[in-house]
Amino acid sequence: MIRAPVEYSTITSVKGPLIVVEGTRGDVGWDEFAQIRLASGEVRHGVVLEVDHDLAVVQVMEGTAGLDPRASRIGFVGRPLAIPVTEAWLGRECNGRGDPIDGGPPILSNVAREVTGFAINPARRDTPSEPVITGVSVVDALTTVVRGQKLPIFSVGGLPHLELAVQIAAQARVGDAPFRVVFGAMGITHADVAAVRAGLQEREAAGELVLIINTAADPVVERLLTPRLALTIAEHLAFDLGFHVLVVLVDMTNYCEALREIAAARGDVPTRGGYPGYLYSDLASIYERCGRIRDRPGSITEIPVLTMPGGDITHPVPDMSGYITEGQLVLSADAWARGIYPPVDVLPSLSRLMRRGTGAGKTRADHPAIAAQLYASLAQAQRAREMAELLGVAALSPTDRRYLDLGDAFERQLMTQGMAESRTIEETLERAWGVASILPQRELTKVSRSQIEAFYQPGGRGGPEPGGGGAPETAPGLGQG
Amino acid sequence: MALKGWARAQAGPQATAPGAASGRIESPVTVEGTIVRVNGPMVEIEGLAGVSLADLVEVGPGRLPGEVTGIRGAIMTAQVYEYTGGLRVGDQATSDRQPLSVRLGPGLIGGVFDGLLRPLARAPDFLSPGAFAGTAAHGSEAEFRPSGRVGSLVSGGAVLGRVRESLAIDQAIQVPPGIAGELRHLALAGRYAPDAVIAQVADVDVRLSSLWPVRRPRPFAERLDLEAPLATGQRVLDLFFPLTRGSTAAVPGGFGTGKTILLEQIAKWCDADVIVYVGCGERGNEMSDALSELRELVDPRTGRPLLERTVIIANTSNMPVMARELSIYTGITVAEFYRDMGFDAVVIADSTSRWAEALRESASRTGALPVEEGYPAELPSQLAAFYERAGRLRTLGGGDATVSIIASVSPPGGDKTEPVTSHTRRFVRTYWSLDRDLAAARHYPSVSWRDSFARDASRLGVWHAANGDPNWLGRRGQAMAILAQADRLQSVAELIGAASLPDPERVVLLTARLLHEAVLQQSAVSNNDAYCAPAKQAALLDLVLAVHARCLDLVGQGVHASELEEVDLSGAARARDEVGRDDAAAVGTIRDSILGRLAGLAP
Ligand SMILES: Nc1ncnc2c1ncn2[C@@H]1O[C@H](COP(=O)(O)OP(=O)(O)O)[C@@H](O)[C@H]1O
Ligand SMILES: [Mg+2]
Repeated sequence: MIRAPVEYSTITSVKGPLIVVEGTRGDVGWDEFAQIRLASGEVRHGVVLEVDHDLAVVQVMEGTAGLDPRASRIGFVGRPLAIPVTEAWLGRECNGRGDPIDGGPPILSNVAREVTGFAINPARRDTPSEPVITGVSVVDALTTVVRGQKLPIFSVGGLPHLELAVQIAAQARVGDAPFRVVFGAMGITHADVAAVRAGLQEREAAGELVLIINTAADPVVERLLTPRLALTIAEHLAFDLGFHVLVVLVDMTNYCEALREIAAARGDVPTRGGYPGYLYSDLASIYERCGRIRDRPGSITEIPVLTMPGGDITHPVPDMSGYITEGQLVLSADAWARGIYPPVDVLPSLSRLMRRGTGAGKTRADHPAIAAQLYASLAQAQRAREMAELLGVAALSPTDRRYLDLGDAFERQLMTQGMAESRTIEETLERAWGVASILPQRELTKVSRSQIEAFYQPGGRGGPEPGGGGAPETAPGLGQG
Repeated sequence: MALKGWARAQAGPQATAPGAASGRIESPVTVEGTIVRVNGPMVEIEGLAGVSLADLVEVGPGRLPGEVTGIRGAIMTAQVYEYTGGLRVGDQATSDRQPLSVRLGPGLIGGVFDGLLRPLARAPDFLSPGAFAGTAAHGSEAEFRPSGRVGSLVSGGAVLGRVRESLAIDQAIQVPPGIAGELRHLALAGRYAPDAVIAQVADVDVRLSSLWPVRRPRPFAERLDLEAPLATGQRVLDLFFPLTRGSTAAVPGGFGTGKTILLEQIAKWCDADVIVYVGCGERGNEMSDALSELRELVDPRTGRPLLERTVIIANTSNMPVMARELSIYTGITVAEFYRDMGFDAVVIADSTSRWAEALRESASRTGALPVEEGYPAELPSQLAAFYERAGRLRTLGGGDATVSIIASVSPPGGDKTEPVTSHTRRFVRTYWSLDRDLAAARHYPSVSWRDSFARDASRLGVWHAANGDPNWLGRRGQAMAILAQADRLQSVAELIGAASLPDPERVVLLTARLLHEAVLQQSAVSNNDAYCAPAKQAALLDLVLAVHARCLDLVGQGVHASELEEVDLSGAARARDEVGRDDAAAVGTIRDSILGRLAGLAP
């Protein structure tokens, strides 16, 4: 499949990560993969960005530092970058170029797939409609993850987004079906990588995990490949082998910054925030690789994690992501400062596919209604809190004071949870009704009268106390606010 | 002009040579060229003598389709509609010198197509280049029922026969625009392939399916005045910001504010004959969801699945970017095709921002000067020209038909002053602005009553008055006034507390809340409320206005507003969900019981 590379010693210029090769006319195709041999014998890798008459512009992944154009040779392999796909990836770790870094043997397969992938035919997609139970109450109750969904975590530096992503990756289940995790790390610190390894130890030991790691110290260009490797492996596991696969990608902001860096070096027209106009399409080529396909048993669910620069949700990275993904889980610096884990900002959070993945036969019949009720009530609670801050609690009507109580109870009884605590969906929904029951029945217009009869907890303080299903660990973040 | 374009289109590469009945057909002249540069989807070709802008070219060994977007001396720039990986300098390019066209004919209704109108149902699971090879030529046969009279004089738009597309759509097979003369031959009833010749007009063969260049509006006889509403079954639209049949509407809103759901609701429930739904650079899962819902849901007007009046064009965000730009034009061309048969067609496009971004990307690759946020100077004129393809028209065949355009806009950062949103606002007649705060509070649809507009509201008031609802405009005015006053009072209340407001003003706040819950909010997933018939819409609004009047009465009689605020009005808020979709009478019963309860408070 990979032909003997045609070699050239005609590299004529170097600019940033780009080199120009002369005399390639007719031999080199756009988007082809290349190998560059330096005088020292070191081998670097590149991708063809443009072919123009007898020139080829190549982007060098490891960067061009120390690359002497006159003493280096470049060979083109005749096809885009591809990696072997095989079940043998499970239990392994590699870098952003696909080379193992766990000391194990090379990964071999007679099937290689191009890492950029191809769009799933929208007419062949199956609508995602089964839940992934994460064991995290606030997620399962209000932003249920659905098999085949892409649901990012929007965070800011210093918040426990990595902890939450790892907790979800460790606990997530899809009934009794086999479940696998592919974790792609882009530009994160060694300390964070260690935390990921520790948190996912059990999965790794069970051969349920693939780790693809590009640390902050690794080449920037490989950051662009990392998520594509993860998804190429995941596609094989899901659509060829039938596994349900969760792909976690951390941190997409680092990815986008790498994209911007390369775009600037190429001289692409910058748009908002200096990002190239194709940021949306580029992100879509990653996020849209999840889903389900008719007549194929597996699924790919994606949880990308990104940090919003300046906590600004209108920044191009969260903004473009939000336009592509199927909802978002927004973390709150405010809640974290008050010691709440997981600190989810409920109102801007959303799972767009929740409607399909919840209800009778999926979670429980009353789930969609009680979730809608909590969203509506928490919105009113927020209005009441703002009013109380302006005018004092005394200015609130008796009903609005109940809403204040509901907001507090929600954080204490439903949201707060230990980092290693996994709750069943039944327990989560019990807690949800306990919180809703703080309001008088006439306020509960989003649930049916028969649901009120079945689940309302008279007395209004129902629902287990925090940690009823296992003591939460020490509240994180205390003292940080 | 149309004639020449038509003849060129007819002879296009996809129209394979006809059988024995063929007349004279301009045989296509194929020219060749050589690729000299490849930069993503942008390819430069040397040679190709005589090609024009917008002509179809096929590049490389895979014959990938592309369109000429620039000519500089002997160098043509083309944008290619598939992944160009592996394409080399020196590879061949060919062109028949025909404009890029789509095949219009039987087999569109109920189907899913890509931006070039190629059938996705017959393509494989993954869309690698060449995935569509052969799909275009192999449309299925259709049962043709002739109705023309051989020997008569016919011209563009004349009906030659019919093909039943679905129980809802009996499609006319017409003489294409630009062709006129004696009908010399008409095929007998029977099953024919899409490219079979079914008639001969003067010297020209007419086939069951015909080609049309997507960027060229299809001709019509004359424009007619807009008059009647396009009913959507969505209360906030029909009661407050209505759309006229043949008009244009835009739905701007940040992500998650409800654009797609609103568009899907309209696609499902509006009272048009044909819906062309264009997913332009949006999500694959949404397309499959829409598809399965349209297959399951029944059209209340025909009793048939809604899919039987729908054509879906899906060019998702990860499909080739340049085809996204084309898909909008493909959609409107399909709608015009049905318009020309006399149908009321609606194009729903989600999202035009992705189209504009594709335009920007193509412009930046060809080195066009960026003017606003990287967009080329042609953005406003392109947007205006797109919306101008809507209208109520007298067709060439003499029918009275419409194309309405409803499109979403996705402003970066939710900033509605950005170029695509602000220009769109200038060109549309109805503007449904979605509000992030309302969406976050799960107040759906999150149509802002402050920032939205409907330029045809008074005109539609006249229509409603003439069609049995003289109070339509008055009801709207009163409710809008209450909402505006409540907004003002709310900001006062935030300073001094609602309890310090005079009682009549507290009643306004109470009514506004009821308006939100009982009328403006409408759940897309409710069995009873996803669609709301006009009579139920009016009854719900009347209910709230009646409660308002009764409450004002009561405070006039000395009842305290605080007493009114503690009354359980949840029956009003529940009415929309608990009452059948067209059960106005049941709403009336609920109203009477609430009014009765309120009357009990009178001193
Ligand atoms: N009318 C509605 N009824 C119920 N839920 C809605 C409605 N409109 C929007 N939503 C909710 O909001 C979410 C986002 O809506 P969507 O139309 O996908 O937003 P956008 O296209 O603007 O990004 C949906 O997934 C759904 O949960
Ligand atoms: Mg949308």
